[in-house]
Amino acid sequence: MIADKTLPDVSRRSLLTGGLATGFLLAFHLPLRAAVNEPEQPRDTTDGKFAPNAFIRIEDTGRTVLIMPQVEMGQGIYTSISMILAEELDADWAKVAVLHAPPNDQLYANPAFGLQATGGSTSIRAWWKPLRAAGASARAMLVQAAATQWQVEPASCTASKGEVMHAASGRKLGYGELALAAQAKTPPKDVPLKDPKDFVIIGQPLKRLDTPDKVNGKAVYGIDAILPGMKIAAIANCPVFGGKVGKVDDSAAVKIPGVRKVVVLEDTVAVIGDHMWAAKKGLDALKIEWNEGPNAKLSTNDIWQHLRAASAKDGVVAKSVGDIVKGLASGDRFEASFELPFLAHASMEPINATVHVRPDVCEIWTGTQIMTRVQSEAAKAAGLPVDKVIVNQHLLGGGFGRKLEPDMVVAAVKIAKQVDYPVKVIWTREEDIQHDVYRPVYRDQVTASLVDGKVAAWKYKVAGSAVLARWLPPAFQKGIDIDAVDAAVDAPYDFANFHVEYVRAEPPAVPTGFWRGVGPNNNVFAVECAMDELARKAGKDPVEFRRSMLTKNPRMLAVLNLAAEKSGWGQPLPPRVGRGVCVQPSFASFLATVVEAEIDDIGEIVLRRITSVVDTGIAVNPDTVKAQIEGGLVFGLTAALYGEITIEKGRVQQSNFHDYRMMRINEMPKIEVIVVKSGEAPGGIGEAGVNAGPPALRNAIYAATGVALRRLPIDRKLLAAGKKA
Amino acid sequence: MHMATVLTINGETKSFDAPPEMPLLWVLRDVLGMTGTKFGCGIAQCGACTVHVDGKAVRSCVLPVSAVANRAITTIEHVGSTPAGAKVQKAWLDAEVIQCGYCQSGQIMAAAALLAATPSPDDSDIDAAMAGNICRCGTYVRIREAIKQAASGRQS
Amino acid sequence: MSGKMRILTGIVVIAIVVAALGVWFIRGPGPLDFAGGPKVALAEYRAGKPTGVPAKLEKVGMVERGEYLAKAADCMVCHSKPGEKDYSGGLGFKLPFGTLYSTNITPDKDTGIGNYSDQDFLNAVQRGKRHDGARLYPAMPYTSYTYMTDEDVLAVKAYLFSLPAVRAKPPENTLAFPFNQRWAMIVWSAVFNPDTRFAPDTSKSPEWNRGAYLVEALAHCGECHTPRNIGFALDNRKKFAGAITAGWRAFNISSDKATGLGNWRDEDLISYLSLGHAPGHGSASGPMGEAVDHSFSQFAPEDISSIVAYLRSVPPQPSPDLPATTAPVAPASHKDGVTADARGKKMFASACASCHGWSGESPVSPMATLTGTWAVNDPAATNVAQIVLSGTKRHTPDGALSMPAFGNAYSDDEIAAVANYVTARFGTKGSKLTAKDVAELREQTAE
Ligand code: FES
Ligand code: FES
Repeated sequence: MIADKTLPDVSRRSLLTGGLATGFLLAFHLPLRAAVNEPEQPRDTTDGKFAPNAFIRIEDTGRTVLIMPQVEMGQGIYTSISMILAEELDADWAKVAVLHAPPNDQLYANPAFGLQATGGSTSIRAWWKPLRAAGASARAMLVQAAATQWQVEPASCTASKGEVMHAASGRKLGYGELALAAQAKTPPKDVPLKDPKDFVIIGQPLKRLDTPDKVNGKAVYGIDAILPGMKIAAIANCPVFGGKVGKVDDSAAVKIPGVRKVVVLEDTVAVIGDHMWAAKKGLDALKIEWNEGPNAKLSTNDIWQHLRAASAKDGVVAKSVGDIVKGLASGDRFEASFELPFLAHASMEPINATVHVRPDVCEIWTGTQIMTRVQSEAAKAAGLPVDKVIVNQHLLGGGFGRKLEPDMVVAAVKIAKQVDYPVKVIWTREEDIQHDVYRPVYRDQVTASLVDGKVAAWKYKVAGSAVLARWLPPAFQKGIDIDAVDAAVDAPYDFANFHVEYVRAEPPAVPTGFWRGVGPNNNVFAVECAMDELARKAGKDPVEFRRSMLTKNPRMLAVLNLAAEKSGWGQPLPPRVGRGVCVQPSFASFLATVVEAEIDDIGEIVLRRITSVVDTGIAVNPDTVKAQIEGGLVFGLTAALYGEITIEKGRVQQSNFHDYRMMRINEMPKIEVIVVKSGEAPGGIGEAGVNAGPPALRNAIYAATGVALRRLPIDRKLLAAGKKA
Repeated sequence: MHMATVLTINGETKSFDAPPEMPLLWVLRDVLGMTGTKFGCGIAQCGACTVHVDGKAVRSCVLPVSAVANRAITTIEHVGSTPAGAKVQKAWLDAEVIQCGYCQSGQIMAAAALLAATPSPDDSDIDAAMAGNICRCGTYVRIREAIKQAASGRQS
Repeated sequence: MSGKMRILTGIVVIAIVVAALGVWFIRGPGPLDFAGGPKVALAEYRAGKPTGVPAKLEKVGMVERGEYLAKAADCMVCHSKPGEKDYSGGLGFKLPFGTLYSTNITPDKDTGIGNYSDQDFLNAVQRGKRHDGARLYPAMPYTSYTYMTDEDVLAVKAYLFSLPAVRAKPPENTLAFPFNQRWAMIVWSAVFNPDTRFAPDTSKSPEWNRGAYLVEALAHCGECHTPRNIGFALDNRKKFAGAITAGWRAFNISSDKATGLGNWRDEDLISYLSLGHAPGHGSASGPMGEAVDHSFSQFAPEDISSIVAYLRSVPPQPSPDLPATTAPVAPASHKDGVTADARGKKMFASACASCHGWSGESPVSPMATLTGTWAVNDPAATNVAQIVLSGTKRHTPDGALSMPAFGNAYSDDEIAAVANYVTARFGTKGSKLTAKDVAELREQTAE
């Protein structure tokens, strides 16, 4: 019942883009045909724009539209990418607008993956150089155009804030005025990039470009797509992993006013209605018999047994330095295993996809982290060639790795194939949580020996899913999931004998995938928890203990020292209050975090204060860096405090926020994030905070109570007053 | 089929067909095409769907449309025209609260209702009014700061 | 007879008399004895027809009449497990000494009651005697159903036999000794089952008699609302004074003005029974919510009125632990009124305030209003804790209304704290639940 009449004079496109009225464009669809599926860098001259490469369009008004190869899911990447481009372009920031890129691996593949994907805190790291080069080369063409017009040497011209100037003659031309002429210039090779000390945009805490439309309801997420004639579908996936639809009795459902059609797929039933309410009511009225299949008895316990058995085996060696056998043979030995549960992503925007399948084309409206894969998988499902699938990217209401999977789009295509109108498929929160692609269970074993109060040998074994093997097979080499051992092989400490192994152990039936923080989640937790226990064993202060082994890692040591200072490390605390520290080099950022927490008499945890110091190299937008650390900490701490997906009878037992809990504002402590100045190349920042929260909190609990937790989420029953470690 | 329902939304009268028990959220989003109000949980646990009914923050996902006839409904699209809403929106931008933004319509509506009722909220007032709103991106520290800024008219 | 024998006989006689007196005393009055008027056999009663179905259904077939009666007797709720087929049994009843599972009462010959003759069925429903002669546990309220007429019982049978047969074997009961000894139920039944049919009271109105039949024979209200004696049978000396069943408190429904129904208006009672909600008195949830959804909401209006007329006549029984009046609306600001219990307040702010409001008056639905309900005015907070633990799902004419179950993600400490906060803020006297109390409630909750 999308009443077209209630929206008489709003065009379809402005509904979808939402932003036209304010002049800030977040188009659903790149309006440059030349840019789609073209192997070469497109040159778009059709409407008077300067289009030097796939990322920059300058209109004759001077409006500078930047095309975003990475997707915006809250991490501020549209702004950061724009800042990088604008810096080298010397654009006028006030005239910058951004566009979602269309799916196109040739033009927009993330250099880190060879695939147009946003994840792994790679966006800035991977695009830092290519985007600077793109900006610089466009700037050089604009300068050339001006120099030609003025008949002066390009070298005698300068550019700044969207204008080219010739100081000697005092002449100026705006980029808009130069657009047409610049279009005729050849992009130069090997343009010099700016010296970072000359940056005027990078390093400034500029306001984000995407937020003005997010305070007034105008921003358009995938779930907000509206098409003429569109209907809404609600779905029920088989509650048991791997089960199928048996019989469906839809006699009551089809009688509900507003219900249009019931679609039965292999493992999903969808009800299409005029609105979500009709669709949901229709779904409730269905009588579905499921063929539960072989996993109908599966429980989390089985999965843990399976994982523990796997982790007892030898793994594939991911890194070995020194002589681990000899190293472990002497000194004071320490052994511990750390276990992490399944987790759901639960992005605030529930899973959705809107699809219109026509005989010759399949058009998709969604927010995805993986545009080209969505396109190719949708093509298979629709039975169409890839170039007949149009993907209209939207803002994401959180991604966290869930939207690195195309499953929701594939299912939506199958549903939409059965009707001739566009269908928006919305998953209820219950479906979203119960049919996620979960953060895997991990078991990390640490065996170490202490000699003279330092770690002399360190053996580390990870057992868990190889998400990479499924998601990016070429990256899975020699049986090692480089993601699962990422921060294990990269442990920041100076260990003379150092050995890391990986055991691939896929949990039966449960789909696993990337989850914000990815592999380092498990490594950083295990490494930093073990380090605290080792410090205690050595009779040393946890910070002091770490310092003694960071002598070869000055960036890490510097942030640790500053974090210790800023957090008041060492100052006396009341009883049952503790500070815990975590240091980590993940995603090429160096982060030291101190959490201060109180554990009350019944074992409840009250967070008192968090201090994080980060050296992420050049911080493109330091305020965004701070925000990402703050948000990441909340994300990680939420998991530490509450996060666990459990399975009984082949079904996920959690379903919505009442039983899959989230931290809330009334649990928040003060967070202080300090971004240290650095001239190094930028590191990744979207996920580092996630990794820092759990071990720092766990170590604070260890300090406050003496209880050495080895599993997450935190079991409060172990923490009540009077309980002994 | 259904009776025509008449609502006053953002000062305008809207008339449409919907079953009386249909939650206001889906009327706004799917019948009226007003997508600023978000769906997050459907069980009043996340706050993404918050609107104002007679100036108070209410979860529209569990609010039957029959319960709000004759009452003034304000949504995120229009909250900027109220003094508290405008202050909150400005503070949200000044403090750069927002990340993915999906929860923020609800956060802003809740904060605007708080400020309208309690012009100078302290931390406990903020907790009481905002704890029902989940932000998965974890913008809580800045939400608190922005509410205080909005209340004091101070800038970051 | 020797002197010794005489003495022995004397002792035996005395023992029998004492035992009989004891039984008489423990058994106490029957459910309708309070009315005190002269009774006549049903066949002789001319003033009206207290049994059977409402007038508008008189003409319909037996199956349809049986359906009305089966709903009035609320067979389905106990004999169906959520997610499984209706009437196929398997619902677990957690008792302190083990778990009882309800039976499959679909007409399946192997696992259900397909082989039951009419007499078998009458024996089961009115006498607690199974087809194979074994005794039923009184979790099956046959001491109430015994008042049903044969005709009505057999109509229910006809209805059940019209349903599809479902093959489903409920799990074995897990009762501990001596409760696993079914034969002991023979004795229990002999003492506590009157095994008698409903007999109208000629001093009362036909409406009252209809109400009595519905309340006592079919709806078996006393099974939850009347306290039990030491023999685990209903103690009608305290008829409808309220009791705890399956971890929920069934409140006082006697005519006591303060703590019973004495001050409820007729329309409140009618609304509560037929919709599960009465303004100012809150909403039914837990077992009563189910009773409304599956049973009372299906009653003909005149039957609801008869129930009300009957309930009004039940003598007042005070509930001394409840306050004389329920608490008024709490202040709108979290800062005013009761503010103690930081932990409870924190959970309330996070998970509850959105629906229930800081004042206790729901901004969302009158059904979610806390003010005025016995649940929040009960200083034991049983139902508050229970509903937080297990949630509720109600089907109303305005669609489903539900509260999620917080028991899986919130600790016993948190649930105790929020119950204590809620009763203190919205009730007359805060509860003092501990985590242990909540853990015990979890144990008692039916599956
Ligand atoms: S959608 Fe309404 S509170 Fe979550
Ligand atoms: S900003 Fe993303 S959920 Fe709040």
